[in-house]
Amino acid sequence: MAEENKSANGKPKVAFFDFACCEGCQLTVVDALQTHLDLLDAVEIVQFREAMSERGEDYQIAFVEGSCTRPSDEERLKQIRQQAAIVVALGACAHIAGVNALKNLHPLPDVRRWVYGDCADWYETYEARPISAVIAVDAVIPGCPIDREEFVRVVKAVLIGKAPPVPDYPVCVECKLKENVCMFHIGKFCMGPVTRAGCGAICPTHGDGCEGCRGFIPSPNENSMKDVLADAGLTAEEVMARFTMFNTYQVQERLAEGAKK
Amino acid sequence: MTTTAAIHVHHVTRVEGHGDIVVDIQNGQVKKAQFEVVEAPRFFEAFVRGRPYFELSHITSRICGICSVGHATASLRATEKALGVEPSEQTVLLRKLIFHGEIIDSHVLHTYMLVAPDFLGVGSVIPLVKTHPDVVLRALRIKKLSGDLCAMVGGRHTHPCAMAVGGFTHLPSEAELRDMRARLVAARADMDATIDLFATLPWPDFNRETEYVSLRKPDEYAFIDGTIVTSDGFSYPIEDYKKVTNEKCVPFSTAKWTHHNRDAYMVGALARFNNNYEQLHPRAKEAAAKLGMKPLVTNTFLNTAAQAIEMVHCIEDSIRIIEELLIRGIKPEQPIVPEKLSGEGVGSCDVPRGILFHHYTYEDGICVAANCIIPTGQNYSNLHADLQALVPQIVNRPQEEIRQTLEMLVRAYDPCISCSTHLLNVEFV
Repeated sequence: MAEENKSANGKPKVAFFDFACCEGCQLTVVDALQTHLDLLDAVEIVQFREAMSERGEDYQIAFVEGSCTRPSDEERLKQIRQQAAIVVALGACAHIAGVNALKNLHPLPDVRRWVYGDCADWYETYEARPISAVIAVDAVIPGCPIDREEFVRVVKAVLIGKAPPVPDYPVCVECKLKENVCMFHIGKFCMGPVTRAGCGAICPTHGDGCEGCRGFIPSPNENSMKDVLADAGLTAEEVMARFTMFNTYQVQERLAEGAKK
Repeated sequence: MTTTAAIHVHHVTRVEGHGDIVVDIQNGQVKKAQFEVVEAPRFFEAFVRGRPYFELSHITSRICGICSVGHATASLRATEKALGVEPSEQTVLLRKLIFHGEIIDSHVLHTYMLVAPDFLGVGSVIPLVKTHPDVVLRALRIKKLSGDLCAMVGGRHTHPCAMAVGGFTHLPSEAELRDMRARLVAARADMDATIDLFATLPWPDFNRETEYVSLRKPDEYAFIDGTIVTSDGFSYPIEDYKKVTNEKCVPFSTAKWTHHNRDAYMVGALARFNNNYEQLHPRAKEAAAKLGMKPLVTNTFLNTAAQAIEMVHCIEDSIRIIEELLIRGIKPEQPIVPEKLSGEGVGSCDVPRGILFHHYTYEDGICVAANCIIPTGQNYSNLHADLQALVPQIVNRPQEEIRQTLEMLVRAYDPCISCSTHLLNVEFV
């Protein structure tokens, strides 16, 4: 990265932030650091609320986990954007709004009432959205949770000023490389054909069809995917569920774009 | 001496999620001492409605990155009870095994990485890499072992992909199990060192008896299924959980509050230790003796010590489970497919932070009603009562010391705030 983004000791200052999420990606970062202690020598972590008390505000690289789900989140995100030279979306909630966006499938007043009953109006909330809906994002680390090795690869690329190596081919490619039997051939169903690779096809490798947590590949063939899922025996409702589990925000955006055309 | 002070710890660090401590002291009198939950609500119970039954455990595991196995297990048990599925003995053993992995993983994170810095006078575990490398490397070894145990059984450490309704979609090999058994046996030395370390820590002296709530089983230290018991002598089937939780909204918290026989009750490692001490593994009882602990322990700060004792128990019980699995041999079972697709069920587990409930209703395989009650949510009333009792006892100390002691109290609960903001549906039918 550029010289002006480094601190006096030559190490870039890094901060971690979280919005609506489970903090599983930050925990995965902690796990990744266990086997890559050298990364701790390459950067200076100045803020990581989940793991440390110090709170430095002079960071250059910000990792943001979680979705934006209330107006006050926007303000905090904009502050982070203003300070950081590089903003990295960490995990599905920040990248594509993930499971948080499932609530967007229901009318908001209904969602609030269901959880908080008579106190529904006490708490601030609106439709969940990825952080890129609010601020510019320089790099993403997809997945729910993120993949440890991919995190390390992206951080290294960011540190040397290269484009982060996130694949744009589907999970099927990684399944083939692993010599997995196709989920559809053993009576299961899978979003692998339209989902971005990079996870090592971890779910199909463990007998569970891909759920799309890393978001769609560029130009996914949605109609073919729907036909294949229907042929595998899924009801129309279940086919929609496969598309929306992690990608409600994208599905609704594409529908809105389609309506404009 | 602090006679007048307004302490507002914004977003307490080294805890999971966002919470604030607010204390107002005027002329030596405590006017206000409360814990405010400011985490963004995520509305899981509302948005799982309309989802197919096979998605529920995968969606609700995303409530929490630390206890995703616990949420997945409670969710699977709720779905299985609703749809009449009885998992095989092998599935039950494997679930216990991965659950132990998560208990160890969560407890080592909390005891070593979140709490230990308080006693060693630093702000995080990072400076300890240089000053106390043996302690940090030991913590990392235990963390790696428990993470690998979870991944071996569940396919992935955080948000396990192989856990499904009716069983597992992937099974560990006997070679993997043998290798894991050897690593667990080798970890005994690290557990001994852990207990020795925690036996030397100067825990703040603060006792306030409360009602302790946990699961209980007749034949084992309960983590999955069983009955709900309390130290005040009450006992309920899991299905009657609302008789214990009695949730209500409070204006300064996005998490709801609970109470049972008293104004507040406590869940978690200390509650389990107090209620089920007799069922701990003998080595865990030895560890308790070294720490000077025997029920009834009423010092909240010792919840962390109880976690260390549970780590010893879970290492030992994991060795036992693996030996049983190896004697039985791993059978290539597929998950059991439900024969009916409508019904209602409650699943409960005692996850790292305490008792957890998932309650679902299905119609034709689609979830139509859901309710989750999270351990940290059940601890807020008790934390509040602790703050009310502790602040007057330490009000004469310097403000910085008050702040640090209160932060340590919050941390002792190992709160999982992002979990606790997914709350009860008040109008559940």
